[in-house]
Amino acid sequence: MIEVRNLTKLYGEFVAIRDVSFTAENGSILGFLGPNGAGKTTTMRIITGFMPATSGTVLIDGLDIFTQSLEARRKIGYLPENPPLYADMRVDAYLRFVARLRGVPRSKLADALDHAITVCGLENVSHRICGQLSKGYRQRVGLAQALIHDPPVLVMDEPTIGLDPRQIHEIRGLIKTLSGSRTVVLSTHILPEVSQICDKVVIIADGHVVLEEKLAALPEGSSLEDVFLKAITKERHDLEQAREETLEEVDAGRG
Amino acid sequence: MKNSLIIAGKELAAFFVQPVAYVVMSVFLLLGGFFFFALLRRFDLVLQIYAAMQNPQVLEHLNLNSWVIEPMLHNLSIVLVILVPAITMRSFAEEKRTGTYELLLTAPIRTGEIVAGKFIAAALFVLIMIGLAAMFPLILILFGNPEIGVAFSGYLGLSFLAVGFVAVGLFTSSVTQNQIIAAISCFGVLLMLYVISWPAESGGAAFAGLLRYISLPEHFSRMVSGIIDTKDIVYFLSLIFVALFLTQRSVESARWR
Repeated sequence: MIEVRNLTKLYGEFVAIRDVSFTAENGSILGFLGPNGAGKTTTMRIITGFMPATSGTVLIDGLDIFTQSLEARRKIGYLPENPPLYADMRVDAYLRFVARLRGVPRSKLADALDHAITVCGLENVSHRICGQLSKGYRQRVGLAQALIHDPPVLVMDEPTIGLDPRQIHEIRGLIKTLSGSRTVVLSTHILPEVSQICDKVVIIADGHVVLEEKLAALPEGSSLEDVFLKAITKERHDLEQAREETLEEVDAGRG
Repeated sequence: MKNSLIIAGKELAAFFVQPVAYVVMSVFLLLGGFFFFALLRRFDLVLQIYAAMQNPQVLEHLNLNSWVIEPMLHNLSIVLVILVPAITMRSFAEEKRTGTYELLLTAPIRTGEIVAGKFIAAALFVLIMIGLAAMFPLILILFGNPEIGVAFSGYLGLSFLAVGFVAVGLFTSSVTQNQIIAAISCFGVLLMLYVISWPAESGGAAFAGLLRYISLPEHFSRMVSGIIDTKDIVYFLSLIFVALFLTQRSVESARWR
């Protein structure tokens, strides 16, 4: 389970995300949706403990990612936006390295490796050098490293980006089979992806959450696209209205 | 500790699948061989001249250590000023550029363990390099009689110096994601350690003493001339400790910002 509580992140003056909160339950797949630059990657980097929030916190199965960082990080498998591969390592050596880094005991190393390689369909490339793999295989190796230690929480930043349609289909199927008892959070800006594989959707726009809803609870007959567009335009509208009101107040103050 | 060794193993393997490591090692050994050859030729020439002049007192004072091994070690230390930055420049900068830094920092390991792992790997690499350069005095032992203790002390000094350089290189690599910047700033710091005592002659006593203490050749020369003093070892250990501490802080700072 992931509980994101009131996260705010400032880069200098720039507000990347403001007061972002949502919850991902055990055994569910949460789709984290938003236009480019809405703060998806920032949120995921905070969830995984790569960078701190300016305020707010994240609980991973009840463990605080900042104060109980090591324990919390042990529970997470993370696929960043760019698969974090060492270009000069072989796929199997790389996965073994990641497994040991994430604390897979030696006795279970071979099994974990086999499992990840089979699940992600890497049998044919396991002896190849990571740097020479195609984008699709790089993405799959990225996925394999995220789940090599069988983590209860899986965080994926745009897992299907840059793949061809067939690969997208495969990866989506894979993610769906992975969920089981896991908590999965994946970010994307592809709407059908969410309606196909997710149980819950969180929409973020201009750095704050504009919708958190179970897919089943979305109004019947309305497509996710409508909901998405409505949510982000409403957000823009609200912002503009707030701006106008402020201007009016200023004007009134002057008058 | 276990995590450090996992990282060290991966780093060390990475050194040897890359051409950079072999180039660095070859350049170091080729230059070492050249210095050795040139110094030995000069020593031979000087011996012949004094022998021709029939001057036995001077002949007794000429020895292999001070004419061949010591100047060679001094030259090699300068070569390391240039080569060590090339070895360490990747360590953190490359991880940041390619995104593998995210993997390291989100893994359940401490930043200190990451720094220690990278340090162990790079230090082992330079120690292997210096170990190979120990063939030069070994050749002298086969054909002559150099003082082994003095040569050992010199190589120990060179090892301390190289490992200290590695620590500095890790630090400069940890503050940037550009390898060139990492290498050049490391080079700058190392060269500064060499020349920092230059203004000592013109300064006050306390100031001069401080600069001389920071100055690297002061300590290195003593070890090369055969004096193993705790004062000098403490100097090198402090250099290593301070540089690694700063590296750890710099890596950790990703978690404050």
